[in-house]
Amino acid sequence: MTNAIFTGLMLGGMYALIAMGLTLQYGVARIMNLSYGEFLVAAAFASYWLFTGWALNPLLGLALVIPAGFGVSLLLYRVLLTPLVRRARTRGALEVDSILATFGMMFIVQGIMLSMFGGAYFSYSFLAIPVSLFGEILALNRLIAFGLAVAVGLALYLALTRTRLGTSIRAVAVDPMAAQLVAIDVVRTSAFAFALGGALVAAAGVLISMFLTFSASSGVIFTMKALIVVVMGGVGNLLGCLVAGLALGLSESLVATFVDPGLTLAVNFALFLGVLLVKPAGLFGRAQR
Amino acid sequence: MSAMRLAAALAACAGLAVLALLPVYVDAYYLALAIGLLQFTVLATAWGLFSGPTRYVSLATTAFFGVGAYTVAVLGELLPWPLVLLIATAIGAVMAVVVGLSTLRLSGLHFVIFTFGLAELIRQLVIWFEVNKSRVLGRYVFVDITQKDIYWQLLALAVAVFVIGWLIERSRLGFALRIIGEDETVAKHCGINVTVAKVTLFTISAVFMTLVGAIMAPRWTYIEPSIVFNATISFEVVIMALLGGAHRLWGPALGAIPLTLLFEFLAARFPTASTLIMGVIFLLIVYALPAGVVGLWDNFRRQWRPRRVEQEAKA
Repeated sequence: MTNAIFTGLMLGGMYALIAMGLTLQYGVARIMNLSYGEFLVAAAFASYWLFTGWALNPLLGLALVIPAGFGVSLLLYRVLLTPLVRRARTRGALEVDSILATFGMMFIVQGIMLSMFGGAYFSYSFLAIPVSLFGEILALNRLIAFGLAVAVGLALYLALTRTRLGTSIRAVAVDPMAAQLVAIDVVRTSAFAFALGGALVAAAGVLISMFLTFSASSGVIFTMKALIVVVMGGVGNLLGCLVAGLALGLSESLVATFVDPGLTLAVNFALFLGVLLVKPAGLFGRAQR
Repeated sequence: MSAMRLAAALAACAGLAVLALLPVYVDAYYLALAIGLLQFTVLATAWGLFSGPTRYVSLATTAFFGVGAYTVAVLGELLPWPLVLLIATAIGAVMAVVVGLSTLRLSGLHFVIFTFGLAELIRQLVIWFEVNKSRVLGRYVFVDITQKDIYWQLLALAVAVFVIGWLIERSRLGFALRIIGEDETVAKHCGINVTVAKVTLFTISAVFMTLVGAIMAPRWTYIEPSIVFNATISFEVVIMALLGGAHRLWGPALGAIPLTLLFEFLAARFPTASTLIMGVIFLLIVYALPAGVVGLWDNFRRQWRPRRVEQEAKA
């Protein structure tokens, strides 16, 4: 039982970490990014490449991969998504367009990774040392990843609530029209939020690659989990992200331990539907529109 | 106008007769190609039936397709063929009603997310059931159905999907759906039962997808969940319908034909790069042809019409 809860918490922390970037991209920049998981896997491959090719510690590799994620996402937003933002007349139209565009992007990133690495599964061994905690044996790399995820989440939360830029990001998330009235450059703030989401997903990819096997085509499942967490928690809400991620992780590991490991996805969806039928805007979301 | 319509109907009948006689004249390769074309024409048109007017992007095609195929794998040898198809229809319809009732009340976005995972969910449930209850994973399909039979069945299904689509467009249901697509709140205020309308159409579209899966199943001989619940089918169908233009009944077919040929070509020549090329095509369509081929045609007609009126006015 303790083991199941521990695994669930770790898993939930991971889900929350994965979903944080998406909640920024979708909540602030209004881009429903279906290629999100592909970018996560790309970061995992980058970390793998740095570790096996250059013997670079993944934790140091973060210092390279995170800025790269930021830059690539910013470029992507400027070049590919800004035309869609201009073209869209309503928020709904932008959502449909961005779904379709990032859907195509998903294939492109996946195709590039497939041609570079093939379809095989990859993993590398980094800090796979058993650690005993509260009588349970856990791997050190998982613990470090969890700790860093908590640190990143806390830093992001403080940045969003305590700084001027963070406040303007939240303002755009609440109402892009009204944000303009108080002299916030909505286009630049959106681009920044999207890029920040890209940096977060890159960090998540590196952390996950330390203890999980991945392949060029495993991005979809990450996208799906992230979407479920974001929508369930309430779009653009970090706290909701955390709660929904933990709920998802805990329910998954409890079901896997006590019922059947083959039914985890069914539990995900049951939880997702259950929450949305009761609260359509998500756990912490405010009803709008 | 009625003369033109009569001519169109006659041309359609003649084309249908040619298509029906096709298997007698062509060899096995072209027959297989024709089956692929028909398969995606029906799938894309069925997708457009629901997603065109309502603008709900559904990624669940392969879930229904797979359920149809799996029904045949389980029951194909036990029951006569028409009964198997009937049961597949019933299962597809029940599943669509359940999924529709639980998700179509949500916003369009949540629907996308749910359908995104639906195929994966069903696949997991089928695997779970097969491993734990029936204890067989992977089944053989030995039914007495030739390639020609598959072709004719698909052709009949294609005719059915177009006829039903045409009937829906002219019915109260079609009108209601167009209003929902424009503005759901307005539709509600007009007294349209939004949920019933959406679920009905979703079910009709899903039944066609299920039937395609059931009819195609004998081609594989060996079926396991990872083969029939292949997410690529959902993606390809969306690309095809978008290229053609989903807001018209005959739009998706216009996208399905060239893209099926293209994917066939790519799979043969560049098997490793096909994912990448598919992505590039998708982006090109989204950026360059947001309303599809049908949108181009409409634009062309709109520009051409006023000029003709002007000329008539001068004369």
